[in-house]
Amino acid sequence: MQIDSGNTAWVLASSALVLFMTPGLAFFYGGMVRTKNVLGMLMQNYVVMGIVSILWVLFTYSLAFGVDWGGHGFIGTLHFAGLAHPTQAVPGYVGPLAQSIPPLVFVSFQLMFAIITPALITGSTADRLKFGGFVAVIALWAIFVYAPVAHWVFSPTGWLFKFGAEDFAGGTVVHLNAGIAGVALALVVGRRRHWPKEPMPPHSLPLTLLGAGMLWFGWFGFNAGSALGANQLAAQAFINTNTATAAALLSWIATEKLRNGKSTTLGAASGAVAGLVAITPACGYVNAMGSIAIGLIAGCICALATSLKFRLKLDDSLDVGAVHLVGGATGALLIGFFGTSSVGGADGLFYGGGLTLLGKQAVAIGAVGAFSFVVTFLIGKLVSATIGLRVDEAAEHQGLDNSQHAETAYELGLVLSRGRITSTPEPLDGAVAARSEGSSEIRTPAMGADS
Amino acid sequence: MKLITAIVKPFKVEDVKEALKDVGVVGMTVSEAQGFGRQGGHTEVYRGAEYTVDFVPKVRIEILVEDELAQEVIEALVKAARTGQIGDGKVWAMPVEDVVRVRTGERGPDAL
Repeated sequence: MQIDSGNTAWVLASSALVLFMTPGLAFFYGGMVRTKNVLGMLMQNYVVMGIVSILWVLFTYSLAFGVDWGGHGFIGTLHFAGLAHPTQAVPGYVGPLAQSIPPLVFVSFQLMFAIITPALITGSTADRLKFGGFVAVIALWAIFVYAPVAHWVFSPTGWLFKFGAEDFAGGTVVHLNAGIAGVALALVVGRRRHWPKEPMPPHSLPLTLLGAGMLWFGWFGFNAGSALGANQLAAQAFINTNTATAAALLSWIATEKLRNGKSTTLGAASGAVAGLVAITPACGYVNAMGSIAIGLIAGCICALATSLKFRLKLDDSLDVGAVHLVGGATGALLIGFFGTSSVGGADGLFYGGGLTLLGKQAVAIGAVGAFSFVVTFLIGKLVSATIGLRVDEAAEHQGLDNSQHAETAYELGLVLSRGRITSTPEPLDGAVAARSEGSSEIRTPAMGADS
Repeated sequence: MKLITAIVKPFKVEDVKEALKDVGVVGMTVSEAQGFGRQGGHTEVYRGAEYTVDFVPKVRIEILVEDELAQEVIEALVKAARTGQIGDGKVWAMPVEDVVRVRTGERGPDAL
């Protein structure tokens, strides 16, 4: 294995780009909830960065990409737990697949995918999760859902990878997986009180559009970085990503123009994200014309899919199902039509490959979807039955910002009371003793009186 | 003394204020308000879900005046606030029993 500095630089930069998507997602979702829940949403996304990063180093990286356990392609062993053997090549990447980047660069890059995937789920269950319950669900999900699915599809030793299912950057592993998990968790916790009768409009679409822009920007790392090199394939993935996103943006706002009479900013942001989702699995397997088709189809289908939750009476609050489950499945399936070996991978139906690839894609969608749905549902039930997953009625009415985090996002009113300070942080007892010899000025300042 | 309360279109507030100063009004209180009358609300659409918002933003103006000035103030106010379109608002007057200026303790018309 020869380390290539250009490839290494690009994948390192891509890792940072992908990390940036999670705060982007936080704002994308945060703008869509009401003012009393925006901090709750941002906090859920931020804490995912904390939880998953630590678990990844400890052992989930090893489960996902470690030496295959028993040769079934189901899960990795703990060989790389604690990031042991940091210079040993990632298992399965040999021969023509061999990586030209240090293994730790791959570890970092894949970590960012492991972070954003559970973060996507937060949109389904917005406004009603207990913070502690959420933390538990995410930790369990990172171990029991993300790690195995990433192993099946992304690791060259995984059974779906070896089976020949194609997923360039995570249509099944990330989007379908998180989308169906969101639906499962929304089923476990139930609808928000008074949904859908009470209006729950977005509180700040500018935040949502800012977040969508951050996602679009970071997604170049997600998709073009998945080439794992600075090369022709990365360039193709890059232009495909932008092309499909543009097509889906236009397709979504055209669909809503026909359906509701107006094109909306939320539609533009949602269409862009739907396009990014759909091109994710396909961006290294289709050409630019294929990506236009995928974007147009995904933008329209995802826009129409947002009405399903009302028919099913399922409160997938921010449409994670419609955008990520439907968009991810659409993109993964369309590889079966638009995939071309002139870019990479196998030929799809439109390039003389017959139905073989389409069939493999369907198997991957079915397997990942069923596994993620069932295991997520069980995790949700387990946490609900033990530490509790849903806030009570008073806390839901009050909003997550105050009930879960003792904060308020916006102080906008001139007259609004800020209250008075009833307690200030005290130094630790030990610190008091140690410092009292040198100085007597260590009492907490009397705040409020002098202002 | 009279308390004159007016509900007007938000973009008319500056015109009303200037007109009232011209007839000798020396102070007023304004607050943002919402309500409905004969003017309809509006519709918002988020990912295909339509919301009907019935309440329309308005500004509430409150003015304390001496009795003899009341009619002149009401006429100036109505003239300045009128656009002729639906939703121009309402003005009403009520008798006021007592007024106190907080700083000096003056009472009645002296406090205006």
